[in-house]
Amino acid sequence: MHRLFLALFFFLAGIINLTQAADFSVISAGVQPKMVKVYGAGGLRGLEGYQSGFLISDQGHILTVWSYVLDTDYITVTLDDGRKFEGEIVGADPRLEVAVLKIDTDGLEHFKLGASVGVKPGARILAFSNLFKIATGDEPSSVLHGIVAATTPLNARRGAFKTTYKGTVHILDAITNNPGAAGGALTTRNGELAGLLGKELRNSQNGTWLNYAVPISELIPAIEDIIAGRTRPRSFDEDVIRPDEPHTLKTLGIRMVPDVLAKTPPFVDSVAASSEAEKQGIRPDDLILYINDRRVDSCATLRSELELIDQIDNVILVVQRGDELVEIVLQGE
Amino acid sequence: MTNPSKIITLVILLSCLPLPALKAQDLTVPDDVLASQAQRIAAIKKASASTVMVFANEGKGGGSGVLISPDGYALSNYHVVQPAGTAMKCAINDGKLYDAILVSIDPVGDVALIKLLGRDDFPFAKLEDSDKVRVGDWCFAVGNPFLLATDFNPTVTYGIVSGVHRYQYPAGTLLEYADCIQTDASINPGNSGGPLFNERGDLIGINGRGSFEKRGRVNVGVGYAISINQIKHFMGFLRSGRILDHATLGATVSTDENGNVVVTNIAESSDAYRRGLRYGDQLLSFGGRNISTVNGFKNVLGIYPRGWRVPISFLHEGDRFDTFVRLTGVHSPEELLARVQPNRQQPEGKPMPEGQPAPPAPKEPALQLPDVVKPFFTARRGFANYHFNKLNQDRIWDTYVNQTKPESIKGDWTLRGQLGNLGNASIVLSKTRVDAELPQGKAFAVLDNDLGQQEAPRGSGGLLVALHLWKHIQQTGIGRFGDVYYLGSMPTPKQDEKQDVLVATHSVIECRFYFSPSTGLLTSMEMYPDLGVDPCEIYFSEYESINGRMLPRHLEIIHGDTVYGELLLKDFEFNSNGGTE
Repeated sequence: MHRLFLALFFFLAGIINLTQAADFSVISAGVQPKMVKVYGAGGLRGLEGYQSGFLISDQGHILTVWSYVLDTDYITVTLDDGRKFEGEIVGADPRLEVAVLKIDTDGLEHFKLGASVGVKPGARILAFSNLFKIATGDEPSSVLHGIVAATTPLNARRGAFKTTYKGTVHILDAITNNPGAAGGALTTRNGELAGLLGKELRNSQNGTWLNYAVPISELIPAIEDIIAGRTRPRSFDEDVIRPDEPHTLKTLGIRMVPDVLAKTPPFVDSVAASSEAEKQGIRPDDLILYINDRRVDSCATLRSELELIDQIDNVILVVQRGDELVEIVLQGE
Repeated sequence: MTNPSKIITLVILLSCLPLPALKAQDLTVPDDVLASQAQRIAAIKKASASTVMVFANEGKGGGSGVLISPDGYALSNYHVVQPAGTAMKCAINDGKLYDAILVSIDPVGDVALIKLLGRDDFPFAKLEDSDKVRVGDWCFAVGNPFLLATDFNPTVTYGIVSGVHRYQYPAGTLLEYADCIQTDASINPGNSGGPLFNERGDLIGINGRGSFEKRGRVNVGVGYAISINQIKHFMGFLRSGRILDHATLGATVSTDENGNVVVTNIAESSDAYRRGLRYGDQLLSFGGRNISTVNGFKNVLGIYPRGWRVPISFLHEGDRFDTFVRLTGVHSPEELLARVQPNRQQPEGKPMPEGQPAPPAPKEPALQLPDVVKPFFTARRGFANYHFNKLNQDRIWDTYVNQTKPESIKGDWTLRGQLGNLGNASIVLSKTRVDAELPQGKAFAVLDNDLGQQEAPRGSGGLLVALHLWKHIQQTGIGRFGDVYYLGSMPTPKQDEKQDVLVATHSVIECRFYFSPSTGLLTSMEMYPDLGVDPCEIYFSEYESINGRMLPRHLEIIHGDTVYGELLLKDFEFNSNGGTE
């Protein structure tokens, strides 16, 4: 009898939980001005040229996911009020698959990262995004509701999901894994920021799509580094101190692909036999993303950054190899 | 003393719910929680009763629908009833299966009206004002997903409104979803045609579509419902038994670099052009809504039937214009017919543009209709089910004739009064001529000549011919006037209440007669001397009972953007002996 009583009690308590939910229409209206629509590269079937994002500062900083959509010089950001801006990439962290954009305006409503909250399994959530590019211009983003079904590391099924991000994610019962939803905002039922809707992810073994969001707390250090310019290539600054004898690609034993574009992606073409690069395991086709924590987006930037590292210092590279991110330390002399 | 299986059931239930940290002493449930729960239960119960499960004959699929009147009219999707054909079986959760007949289809809007037979006390849904629906509102869909409801109990899926005023491009060539409601309540195959309710269980939309792309054809969190307000605009049309078309302005728009919506193309034959809209003009509002995006414009266009007159405001060379514009059809009637019935052998005959005579079709031989539905179906080219058109023609005409008794006045009519403050006017309507003495001078029309060429008096757009046709249809009745059909209902610039419209064609002159559904009286008529020109409009008002007949004392005549005049009638003289006959 006691157990029945307890069960009944929890059952009713569950109903209380459902019915005490805030008025979502008010919450939604409060969140919408912080949401943006991001348009960039893509446009082919299966490679949509759009995603979602949201404002995180009154300086026009926008958090979104790092993806091929941003792989263009022309990123357009549409605000909730329909105004369009050119988006500039402030920086990105491919390890976390996030990017920060900036638009040239200020004073906009935004989420305060410091005020973001954690959510636990069972918590009711709202998911804001421009999935399927349903909204254009000043039309509001779509909002889905659901609960956090689980909170778990994404690498639990190694090899199943093709993603470089292996950290903690919230698994959702709202169907957020749709084209264009990535970069959207996960909020509590009160509209507090809790997570970033992740990129489309399909289990390669069973074909199911994963609905998930990355907790904001996992991203804050990286976002702060990006906004503070700590991932920005040092060679972009004019007054940087240059060593007399820096590393070069040749001394390390790395040959890059021919530098023929304005921004040739920094792919390794070949590795010299018995060089430091070979010894530490650099392979042809590795894509160099970071050098000593500075973001590298072209062969030219890679060379410029190397010129700033003294031969006696170590060179730490983060490379993308297939779907894996690998950190490699090349010893200084 | 306790049933172990009950405990297990409850524990299983428990595992589905969040576990709040409550103490045992908090056990009493607040009254508002119980009230809220009771409200939800009541809403679902009420809503489920009006939900229809559609099963096509011979297992040709099915879907959902919703009853909207006690005599069995129910809404569904065009794409649900299309494979079913003219007759289908419909179940509701009283556990019974009813025969149903197709009434009308709106292939572009993906709406169909059907009628369940056998009762005049069906439970039905209340139509809500869907413009009041807000993003974040709770809502629920009831229906027949995956045709699961073979036990005649529909499936309920709960969600929130994810977006409103959504525009979804046509899938294929038809099926445009404009101004629709987006929801994350699960909408799956079989939910199509079924109702989306607000949390009180009142009808806000008809589910019918989702976004899927590479996700297969099951719900992925994005379903769309046709807004019930759009369907309200079409409701009179849906009762007409016709194949309905949507509207176009005759102009295309796009957003310029300043974010304004401007005209990029306009057909010179369109009413919009005649109302002064030109290339480069900025659209300010349309259908009562401010227009800031192209989608917003398409949303407004998508919710009106062909033929409606909709308010429009635009900037032309810096000046603001506020007027009404007539919307023309998206498709030619023949094109529409070919698209919706591509495999059906069309009865022979000329194309039937709206307003042109439609040759009666030979009865389709393919009528293996159940006996019970046969009396509710009449085949006719261009109609989904002519039976319902005739029903409405008779309803409107009988109500009118009951009050005006015009058929007893077979002879000449003489109207005397004043034309505004210009002076006296008298008009004699005989069988062969119309002669008018007006303050501006004499005018006449000869009725055995081409009526379309006679626009007397000058500037009226053909007032004398219009008055003749007004008299003629009253003397002959709708049966002998020419081709007559019921168009549907729509407001006019002078009546917010939707007026019932009969389209009547006599000697290739098309007239539209507008009747008030509340009084049954003729409130206005339009006479089109030719397609592509402004009609002569007459607004009838100040009806008075004269010798047992309701007659209008006040006629306002409008042509294009100009008021020709107001005719105040003091005296009606009827030669009831038919003297000139």
